[in-house]
Amino acid sequence: MNVTVREARAAQKLSFIDGDIHPAFRQISDLYPFLPARWREHMQTYGEHIRQGLTGQLAYPRMMASGMRADAFPEQGPPGSDLELMRKQHLDANGVETGMLVALSKGGMEERNLDFAAALSRGVNDWQIEHWVEPEPRLRAGIVVPQEDAAFAASEIERRAPDRRFVQVIFSPRATDPIGHRRYWPIYEAAERNNLPIGLHSAGFSGGHPSTPSGWPTYYMQEHYSFFTAMQTVVTSLIFEGVFERFPKLKVVPIEGGFTWAPALGWRMDKHWERMRSEIPHVKRPPSEYLRENFWFTTQPIEEPAKPEHLAEIIGWLGWDRLIFSSDYPHWDFDHPRHAFKFHLTDEQKAAVFRGNAKAVYGL
Amino acid sequence: MKLPLKGAIDCDLHPGMPSMADLTPYLDPFWRDQFENRHIDRMGFVLTSYPPNSPLTGRPDWRTPQGQPGGGLDMIRTKALDPFDTRFAICNVLHGAIALFNEDMSAAVCSAVNNWTAKELLDQEPRLRASILVPAHNPELAVKEIERVAADKRFVQILLPVMGDMLLGRRIYWPVYEAAEKHGLAVGVHAGSTYRWAPTPSGWPAHRTEDYVVQSAAFEGQVVSFLAEGVFQKFPKLRLVLLESGITWLPSLIWRTSKEWRGIRSEVPWIDRSPLEIIHEHVRLTLQPLDVPKDEPDIVARTLEHIGSDRMLLFSTDYPHWQFDGEDALPDGIPEGMLQNLLIDNALETYPRLRAGADSGDTGGRNKETVP
Repeated sequence: MNVTVREARAAQKLSFIDGDIHPAFRQISDLYPFLPARWREHMQTYGEHIRQGLTGQLAYPRMMASGMRADAFPEQGPPGSDLELMRKQHLDANGVETGMLVALSKGGMEERNLDFAAALSRGVNDWQIEHWVEPEPRLRAGIVVPQEDAAFAASEIERRAPDRRFVQVIFSPRATDPIGHRRYWPIYEAAERNNLPIGLHSAGFSGGHPSTPSGWPTYYMQEHYSFFTAMQTVVTSLIFEGVFERFPKLKVVPIEGGFTWAPALGWRMDKHWERMRSEIPHVKRPPSEYLRENFWFTTQPIEEPAKPEHLAEIIGWLGWDRLIFSSDYPHWDFDHPRHAFKFHLTDEQKAAVFRGNAKAVYGL
Repeated sequence: MKLPLKGAIDCDLHPGMPSMADLTPYLDPFWRDQFENRHIDRMGFVLTSYPPNSPLTGRPDWRTPQGQPGGGLDMIRTKALDPFDTRFAICNVLHGAIALFNEDMSAAVCSAVNNWTAKELLDQEPRLRASILVPAHNPELAVKEIERVAADKRFVQILLPVMGDMLLGRRIYWPVYEAAEKHGLAVGVHAGSTYRWAPTPSGWPAHRTEDYVVQSAAFEGQVVSFLAEGVFQKFPKLRLVLLESGITWLPSLIWRTSKEWRGIRSEVPWIDRSPLEIIHEHVRLTLQPLDVPKDEPDIVARTLEHIGSDRMLLFSTDYPHWQFDGEDALPDGIPEGMLQNLLIDNALETYPRLRAGADSGDTGGRNKETVP
């Protein structure tokens, strides 16, 4: 089979929706105006209390510039902290119509002190509006919640949901329990009631469990790979715990977790579901059906088979209506909308991946 | 479909588990005494990963009248060897010894299991071969056991669980691979966990079904560990065999690691060529459980094309685990030109000791130097 390798010229013809943009603080004091004095002092005195041996740096150092695009550093602060540069370098230059902010830092997802986590969550959500979404209407916020306090998380979702500039709920898929567990269900109940998708961005260590079931890896290469295996176990948990039987309209978007594994995971789940049904009678339908109806996947970092048409076949099995293009700006493994796909997309496929699917999922 | 060729090599067969009473004669006096006094000899040593009554653990027609999966030699012959015209079958006795925390006790039971396997299985049935059970959590003791058993050429592989104390590529395990390479043994990594860590990076799932589904992610982690740590550069003759791993997750892993390597290679400079090539050369996977939808030969064919090599898959029945019905051990959709490799040649390439036996016309048993 010969397929001509071409650039997908989506961004030249249509503006697109970016499913994964990371905003950053210029310095931590940016957050202080949004924290009560008690927690501001706590932050200054103790800092975050996380389940990892190093604080304020990654235990798996990234390959370049702390995992950032070397050209994305503003004059002051880290990449992603300067709206003007983000506009110039990404939003304007690449034709971003709407961009989903995924605020990974300081939102309380990884904090062990749950009261502090709640204060951080509120602070980061306020900060997203004031620093980003208010001045730049192309950007949309995500309600960042600490999943380990599901009652607070649900209340924060209810509090933010009327503000339609928040378009999804964001928490760590690396929770202390597999996220299908019932202790997290108040989050799903609030999200479904408010028609907000759950955005699950790959994370490193939040709940403290090692990133493989055989312990911690040695190299960043392995740690990075574990994003994709971790996301498979998250999908498995949500389906087999019966989350979609209880919340059938819940939408889940794994972000930066890969997608070429999804069809195979569906087959594998179906095979074992059929054999083991007496253990899991609450899972009424073949698991691949939930995968096909309740999940959407962002594209970055996109897989690149030696034969690009193989990727097209995988997407065919997954469904062209399941993919949301994402760039991961300003991180080092940024995918460019014009270069990410190494095979020709039809106009319908382009329209779906670069725009239509995101509009449908996020209600834009 | 049924097997179209005679003389297949079944690379993953599970005999009925020996009881502690079966193993006691193979323990030395110290451990026999310990086991008797502490009532350890009354314990079942059933791995949590394989509860005997679970549907997956035993196909209904592959259970004894008492319901035990697998059974003894007679059952293995009539249910697992004869129906498939099997020339050789590799027994993987995945005994609970490997989950004991006491490393010396674990080593003692592993030795007893290996001795039992040699005497009760290999001596009795010339078509059988076996893997060496080792206490992987103490590589020094593991190597000692390998050195003890390796003289018996009917042991063709070292058996490790996919989820153990640490990722298997780590240097602490390298003496095991050195011994494997020295003796022409493959390294077999089998599904199942000693549950030293949660089965997922977000903790402990509620259901066994989940534990079983997410095993493929554990296999992925191990392949990436072997790759990243440079095990195949250090031991260029090593063959890593993934047992009961499923196969359809593999293309995604090949694409992902090959792309990542381009960006991350300065961190792991010993990886001197694309992971695609390294995986094709060194990694093998057994066929069952085949994780494709029923009656979708096109998906089987496309997945094999995505894997990109006809040298990687090894035939297995996974007897007595319930992965297929009747004698339809092969899915439709495998290209005809691949069958000889899948059923016979790939196993001979992977297991030097099988190859030696096959070349000398041996059907087993005759060149044995029994375990001391």
